[in-house]
Amino acid sequence: MSVDATLSFEEAMEKYDPVLGFEVHVELNTKTKMFSSAPNVFGDEPNTNVNEVDLGMPGVLPVVNKTAVESSIKIGLALNCKIAESCRFARKNYFYPDTPKNFQTSQYDEPIAYDGYLDIELEDGTVFRVEIERAHMEEDAGKLTHMGGAAGRIQGADYSLVDYNRSGVPLVEIVTKPIEGAGSRAPELAKAYVAAVREIVKNLGVSDAKMERGNVRCDANVSLRPHGRERFGIRSETKNVNSLRAVEHAVRYEIQRHAAVLDSGEPVIQETRHWHEDTRSTTSGRPKSDADDYRYFPEPDLVPVVASREWVEELRATLPEPPAERRKRLKEAWGYSDLEFRDVVNAGVMDSIEETIAAGASADVARKWWMGEIVGRAKVADVDPSELGVTPQVIVELNKLVEDGKINNKMATQVLDGVLAGEGTPEEIVEKRGLAVVSDDGPLLEAIDAALAAQPDVAEKIRGGKVQAIGAIVGGVMKATRGQADAGRVRELILEKLGVEG
Amino acid sequence: MAAINRDDVAHLARLAHIEMSAEELDRMAVELAVIVDSVKSVSEAAGEDVPATSHPIPLTNVFREDVVGHTFTAEQALSGAPDAYENRFKVPAILDED
Repeated sequence: MSVDATLSFEEAMEKYDPVLGFEVHVELNTKTKMFSSAPNVFGDEPNTNVNEVDLGMPGVLPVVNKTAVESSIKIGLALNCKIAESCRFARKNYFYPDTPKNFQTSQYDEPIAYDGYLDIELEDGTVFRVEIERAHMEEDAGKLTHMGGAAGRIQGADYSLVDYNRSGVPLVEIVTKPIEGAGSRAPELAKAYVAAVREIVKNLGVSDAKMERGNVRCDANVSLRPHGRERFGIRSETKNVNSLRAVEHAVRYEIQRHAAVLDSGEPVIQETRHWHEDTRSTTSGRPKSDADDYRYFPEPDLVPVVASREWVEELRATLPEPPAERRKRLKEAWGYSDLEFRDVVNAGVMDSIEETIAAGASADVARKWWMGEIVGRAKVADVDPSELGVTPQVIVELNKLVEDGKINNKMATQVLDGVLAGEGTPEEIVEKRGLAVVSDDGPLLEAIDAALAAQPDVAEKIRGGKVQAIGAIVGGVMKATRGQADAGRVRELILEKLGVEG
Repeated sequence: MAAINRDDVAHLARLAHIEMSAEELDRMAVELAVIVDSVKSVSEAAGEDVPATSHPIPLTNVFREDVVGHTFTAEQALSGAPDAYENRFKVPAILDED
């Protein structure tokens, strides 16, 4: 396998202007398939979620899944698309063992949704509008496992195994218009766009949206043209880009590769490229050719889908708040700074914080616990913060214990560890671990006297009005009580003792 | 004569995975041209005001509720397969993966 030449990304950007385009396939999470009543379930035993329709037996009659149509309309609406009053299915003819019928049932010239857009917010807050060409309904293909080749056997020994469980799973393919003007932010925009689509379909509840399971799959088109030229360059289409990070890397790599090809004076070949996560590069698939002659024609076994305006409006009324708007609303409601909010979103604890606030915590308390304590522990445990085992209720209880002066912040983190170790509720753990703050003033006063005696110069400063010096005395008391004292109460007592107004 | 020539037939044959000899291509080019011409007479009957028709029956929205129905067992699914391995269809490797 030859390694393609690349330019540095910076040099490529200096010389060329990238144009992007994406085809994102979304698997719907309906209970059954697009055209058959077989279950749509991931990970079952091979060829058990199939019936005669999925296997392309002769003489069978496909019937459209109503829920899949509704999900498709919802996706169209969420992408600000127009919904076709009437649309048809079409046969896309090709021979490949992933499709037992020798055609994929898709939509061709009449997609159910068209002419939309999505405003993509980049990390620094820049908003970039991506125009949506269309979103159409189709069915997924079976899964092929290629055997033998990787083991270095002779060509003739190779074969493939086919599982048709995925065959017929409802898909919505979302196609963008050419995306111009992204410049050096093209890789970042690519990632943000796919992330936004994934978030939208997840938020709509129409897809499980797990990229690692192939619920959301991206084909990335890249072409370059010299700066100032209007006509597009020749594009490549990189398939199999199945993580957000890979989308960013693949677009970046293809820009660098195209730039090197163009620099050498050669034309870019219009072809399919395959993304390889291990080498972070693409290899040539096949050139676009006659094989792309799919001879689409209207599917005679399926009658047109007519989406009445009443039906569309009914569905529109069920749409949840768009994720981007929700973020904006929450940020304002919580009063976080841009940076604070971005950290919360990137740490994946926005939902958890929202739930914690709903359970009675303040926005600042919720953020303090999730960002300050839980995110770090989740990282160590290598799980999502929300899956660590801290419920909003635990945080509310912990905070109440601190506010009531029963424990201090340091103890509260120990109580949190206790909760995670399964020792019980925060109250129970305070009890069991004997963590209560020393609230009896007697022992505190003794410790204060000792601390003042140990640092007479500091005591003098405080008496003289330099109240900020009190930290050293409080620290001494805390040390003496092994952190079990209520620092606020200690401060009050010191000031009282020295006769100084706090 | 219809605009279908020997090259078109060869192209279609390849797309359809049909192996054809030189003689067959020659003969089929002539025969298909006649067929295409015959079909063309339909457009003479339909005026400009008649839209292309894909479905002659005036039916729309024939839907199924999203309720799980019957499935095959893997054994049933594979019962007609020329070859199988570990409950999956076994097919010749097609390296031109897409």
